[in-house]
Amino acid sequence: MTDLPLHADVVIVGAGPAGLAAATELRTRGVASVVVLDREPQAGGIPRHCNHFPYGLREFRRLLRGPAYAAHLVETAKAAGVQIHTEVTVTRLLEGPALQLTTPGGLREISARHVLLCTGVRETSRAARLIGGVKPGGVVSTGALQGMVYLDGLRPFRRPVVLGTELVSFSALMTCRHLGIRPVAMIEPAGRTTARWPTGLFPRVQGIPLMLNTELLAIEGRDQVTGIMVRGADGQTQRIETDGVIVSGHFRPESSLLRTSHLDVDQGSGGAEIDQFGRCSDPGYFAAGNLLRPVETAGWSWKEGRAVGRAMAQSLAGQLPPPEPAAVVKPSGDALKLIVPQRIVPSDTEPALPRFQLRVNRAVKGRLLVSAKGAVLFSTAINALPERRITVPLTIIPAGASGPIDINVKEDPA
Amino acid sequence: MPPDRINDRTLFDAVIIGGGVIGCAIARRLTLDGWRIILLEKAHDILDGASKGNSAILHTGFDAPPGSLEARCMAAGYAEYLEIHKKLGLPLIRSGALVLAWSDEEEARLPALMDQARENAVDNVSLLSAAETRKLEPGLSSAIKASFQVPGEYLIDPWSAPHAYLLQAIANQAVLLRDCKVTGGHFDNGQWRLDTSQGVVRGKIVINAAGLYADIVDDRLLGKHDFTIHPRKGQFIVYDKPAASLASHILLPVPSATTKGIVVCRTAFGNLLVGPTAEEQDDRQNAGLVPETLAALRQRGEEILPGLAHEDVTAIYAGLRPASEFKDYQIHARAGQNYVTVGGIRSTGLSSALGVARHVQALCEGFDQDRNPLADPIWPQVGNLVDDRDDKRPRDWQCPGNDGIVCHCELVTRREIESVLSDPLAPQSLAGLKRRTRVTMGRCQGFYCSAALAKLTHGRLKHPMVEGDSADRVGADKVGND
Repeated sequence: MTDLPLHADVVIVGAGPAGLAAATELRTRGVASVVVLDREPQAGGIPRHCNHFPYGLREFRRLLRGPAYAAHLVETAKAAGVQIHTEVTVTRLLEGPALQLTTPGGLREISARHVLLCTGVRETSRAARLIGGVKPGGVVSTGALQGMVYLDGLRPFRRPVVLGTELVSFSALMTCRHLGIRPVAMIEPAGRTTARWPTGLFPRVQGIPLMLNTELLAIEGRDQVTGIMVRGADGQTQRIETDGVIVSGHFRPESSLLRTSHLDVDQGSGGAEIDQFGRCSDPGYFAAGNLLRPVETAGWSWKEGRAVGRAMAQSLAGQLPPPEPAAVVKPSGDALKLIVPQRIVPSDTEPALPRFQLRVNRAVKGRLLVSAKGAVLFSTAINALPERRITVPLTIIPAGASGPIDINVKEDPA
Repeated sequence: MPPDRINDRTLFDAVIIGGGVIGCAIARRLTLDGWRIILLEKAHDILDGASKGNSAILHTGFDAPPGSLEARCMAAGYAEYLEIHKKLGLPLIRSGALVLAWSDEEEARLPALMDQARENAVDNVSLLSAAETRKLEPGLSSAIKASFQVPGEYLIDPWSAPHAYLLQAIANQAVLLRDCKVTGGHFDNGQWRLDTSQGVVRGKIVINAAGLYADIVDDRLLGKHDFTIHPRKGQFIVYDKPAASLASHILLPVPSATTKGIVVCRTAFGNLLVGPTAEEQDDRQNAGLVPETLAALRQRGEEILPGLAHEDVTAIYAGLRPASEFKDYQIHARAGQNYVTVGGIRSTGLSSALGVARHVQALCEGFDQDRNPLADPIWPQVGNLVDDRDDKRPRDWQCPGNDGIVCHCELVTRREIESVLSDPLAPQSLAGLKRRTRVTMGRCQGFYCSAALAKLTHGRLKHPMVEGDSADRVGADKVGND
């Protein structure tokens, strides 16, 4: 890492789809020095170990597997003149902006005119979900499983149970199949699969029982998982013999850098609080990709990264409006989980994020109400499920609105 | 590397059964006294029983029963830790503690507890009003009534300490045998002959430091036991590092008759923990986590520090205390049999271990064996797993040539892992590697680094992380066939 500069116009933290897209865009728009840092030995982010389709349609108009897609992103960025430095870990975000780093060679610091945070997401661990029982080997997230299987050809179990029915849970099934791992069941606490039909049929196609309304109570085993206890829809507990548990989904932004920094964190999303340009509470910092919200596709994050990259180029050229005053947008009630962006600056400049992104905590049906000072400014029908993409245009906020904007759901009577 | 196989004619001066913090401390003490020691551990790695999960506090012993063996061992253990920790490279976080009263009844009990502290020679305690308490700890709930401060209660690294004790013993010629279960034995002609899962081990003296199995080992070797172990489970929640800013002191409750109660404190690794519970159970091996109990712990934590409501949980764990029917430690020397039982070390073992070791050493003098204290013992330094130490010792990630970070959440470097994998106490399992280096113990619990770690440890752990990855094929096919 001897060629890691002390200063760059833009430093980007995270070489996944969002970070690489932003970097490429910044170079294309003439920003001289763009440095992307990643703590892994290889750039490319999560798609590196998602060895399945479909990637790249939006970006490259080609149908690619994850690793090929990641390689394509890296090549495109490098061809645009982006400097990528791997095995560099950012340990602290400083005002300035500046970053404290650790590298294999020791401690470093780098300053920049602007910093973009693209640190992505991870799955919620077994611990954070307070799953009971003991702690044998063989309890892994999908991310860890894919790393072992695709990067290294290692097999942590043969007959695991998959906990969760999100898209990533089905991705875990495909990963298992890759090395001849045969899951014995798929367990979902809710009454329906989280991911959209027809993926719900997928496990049945593979001959894997899908157990809805089923709660994982306890994990058993010593060196390796030997079984799990579950409680089914009928309230009865049951033991399932298995040698592993794939704890999938429940993504959360990897926001530990943010949380120990001076930047504002949004409690709802767990990620950075931003305006419609992707600008953080310190306008030297921007954020894009899944750090903003759990969880979107690689293609979405790529598009978002490119748009925020454009906004950063505008900011460097003095073409963005000042960050204040801004209308602060907040969800109320318990139906809405998050809304991004959280601040809207009155401006004619084209936003990097043209639509609000929302998520709900549970299945919700009713009307989405946008109000300020008690007066409803806008309302629309909403019929939504958890973990599904919901967007509404920023134009639901009247031009020139300032002060707090409340967004909530008035649910239909059950 | 220590021989994990020994010549069965070797006669050791003492055989220690059990590689918990107590066994490690005794191995160190007796080795420094010039004895040839062997330590037998039945698990893949040391610290796999009661010493696996605790609150990681170096207690002064202010609340121990005055005059008890426990109080004496804690005082001696505390003093020795302060004396030797720098020489072994061990951390000490001078946090101090507050004993918190949340009701008028609890407040009324504070003066008596302070008297008890003074009786235990912990003199510098001071009573604080609610306002004074919250001035020291602004994150505390406004429901606080009063507290008293115990400045000498410190935070330590619960695994590096025993590892350092045993590493020093090994560096000075002690032998460690793991995966070695004692199945029987007899004392004859001034010698013990122990049958183990790894063959015969001979020694002049046997020291039973088997923790949760102490009574069973006594039964096996003496044909009787003077106490019975009643495992007492303690569940804990560990919060992510940002939560550590919510409290600087160790926050202790007013204790009850059976337990010190729910503690909230930072950890040496920069997290914040809440726990333990105190739950009697029969199972000596499995400490099951119970979601409802963990949720209740979370709630209790939030009642004490309301800011915890917004903090993420990093880890959950449960430990088993080797409690007996007696309140005090059960340490007995058997004259004529060259045998010492070290049992019933419930919950204060980390603080008292070095003191217990001195006590055992004194008891062994009754067995009429010569001591030749080493004139110039080796003092190995353990790796540092603690950021922001008061002695300014850096972590490896802050040093050049660390070969890069493998575990991103805990900033564990490749060099640290490599170093541990090739040292005399090289772990045989992932659990052991975690305790030595903290890999996968952070917020992602292995999401990011499991694959890299499986690759790095490939063929180097006797009990591997993943199938088909065994140094000696043990367990390679343990998952059966489909």
